[in-house]
Amino acid sequence: MKTESRLEKVFAAGHIAVTSEVGPPRGCDVDIVEKKANMIKDHVDGINITDNQTAMVRMSSIAGAVIVKNMGLDPIIQMVARDRNRLAMQADIIGAYSLGINTMLCLSGDHPKFGDHPTAKAVYDVDSVNMIKMVTDMRDTGKFQGGADIKMPPKMFVGAAANPFADPFELRVARLAKKAKAGVDFIQTQCIFNMDKFETWMKGVCDRGLDKEVKILAGITPMKSVGMARYMKNKVPGMDVPDEVIKRLEGVSKEQQPEEGIKMAIEQMERMKEIPGVAGFHIMAIEWEERVAEIVEGAGLYPRPQV
Amino acid sequence: MITAEQKPIQEIIGYIAPYGKILLVGCNECVTVCAAGGRKEVGLLASALHLNSLKQGKTIDIKEITLERQCDPEYVEELISYINDVDAVVSMACGCGVQTIAGRYNTPVFPAVNTKFMGASKSQGIWEERCQGCGDCMLGITGGICPVARCSKSLLNGPCGGTSAGQCEIGPDTDCAWRLIWERLVELGIQDRYEELNEAKDWRPAGGAGPRRIIREDLA
Repeated sequence: MKTESRLEKVFAAGHIAVTSEVGPPRGCDVDIVEKKANMIKDHVDGINITDNQTAMVRMSSIAGAVIVKNMGLDPIIQMVARDRNRLAMQADIIGAYSLGINTMLCLSGDHPKFGDHPTAKAVYDVDSVNMIKMVTDMRDTGKFQGGADIKMPPKMFVGAAANPFADPFELRVARLAKKAKAGVDFIQTQCIFNMDKFETWMKGVCDRGLDKEVKILAGITPMKSVGMARYMKNKVPGMDVPDEVIKRLEGVSKEQQPEEGIKMAIEQMERMKEIPGVAGFHIMAIEWEERVAEIVEGAGLYPRPQV
Repeated sequence: MITAEQKPIQEIIGYIAPYGKILLVGCNECVTVCAAGGRKEVGLLASALHLNSLKQGKTIDIKEITLERQCDPEYVEELISYINDVDAVVSMACGCGVQTIAGRYNTPVFPAVNTKFMGASKSQGIWEERCQGCGDCMLGITGGICPVARCSKSLLNGPCGGTSAGQCEIGPDTDCAWRLIWERLVELGIQDRYEELNEAKDWRPAGGAGPRRIIREDLA
């Protein structure tokens, strides 16, 4: 074992892992974090705390993670390359680890253009691939990115994102290979709706043996309504929502759409369990944390293993 | 070349409001090519400023001159015969030209253009950013397409997850630089190179170590 991460232990014991996420509030309300975490806590092995998602200022990921940690749970901090240079990243990684956080996700981050501070200067000192390399080097060689030794280095279990759908599609397996080469331990994918394309990507991943190097958690987002499906198809960068998803939601009454969305997510997970290389699920129930439990149960992934 | 665009006329009028005699200085280099501050634009701006003065019931004296290169002290020296007869200088060159004049003469200097970026002409009337002067050119390993200047996040190891239909997440008018790089590597039959890690960039040559300077001992 490289770390004390519960997620690493779940993988090591051969279980299908389940993670989900909590978006911190746009203010100081600790109750919001606790409420959201409480809704999912018994059904997941790790809880992502997003980092200024969609380039909107929120309670910091590390602060949210400490709140979750103090509840006896297992937070996964997220860190975007947009907001920090390599000094700030390493300081925060050390700080987070010192506060008991042992799992993190390295991301590029949405462009500031989309958020509520579009006049900000984006940092992008190191990209997500080099962030992975930096954190794994801190852990495995005990060195800062600048080369100096770290006294008591942080031991993070390191994740990253992958979008199997964004163009150019042919490059997406190579992109994962590059993150694997940088040392990433696990991947949480973008929300998957196009199952055929996801299967094609996974086949490319397995053909190269990347599934042996990196644990891949398939991204699941239940649709609340046909309106949400259309929005994600048309407005969210890098999202691939096939027409049949929209048609199926259109086929039921408005009141029935949330139930249909949950049903679709569970069916998807059942199908994905059979896809070679899928090591777990990352459930992104956007402002719908209260339904995560039944999705996990519906997919036959409850109770979670005690590791 | 260095590209520029003329500032809003009201901003320029605001700068020169306290002054009666203006030396309006263009430049024959980049800003001429991108039609922002060459001889022609000097004439047009002078007319606009005259017209504005007339509307305000004032008079303004504008001397127009366009230097060969405003970033070169040798040419800026040519202003010596006019500078004592004016209250202020308005420069239509890039920021380098403005500062060369400010460094030479004890007369207020105001910029008439916003210096934009190092770019190339895409087609008539369209210029696009192509270089950020990072001081450590990596075009040799990225198929001749610069990720530092052309990826909105300056990512060095491939596209982020935000590309839609091959375009950048910031908008459909911007190509995803990494899509272009990938297509070019495929075209050249060297796409395997994509998987070589480009390490975290040393930003010192890009300006991270302070203002940059080139000293050529053989020329200095």
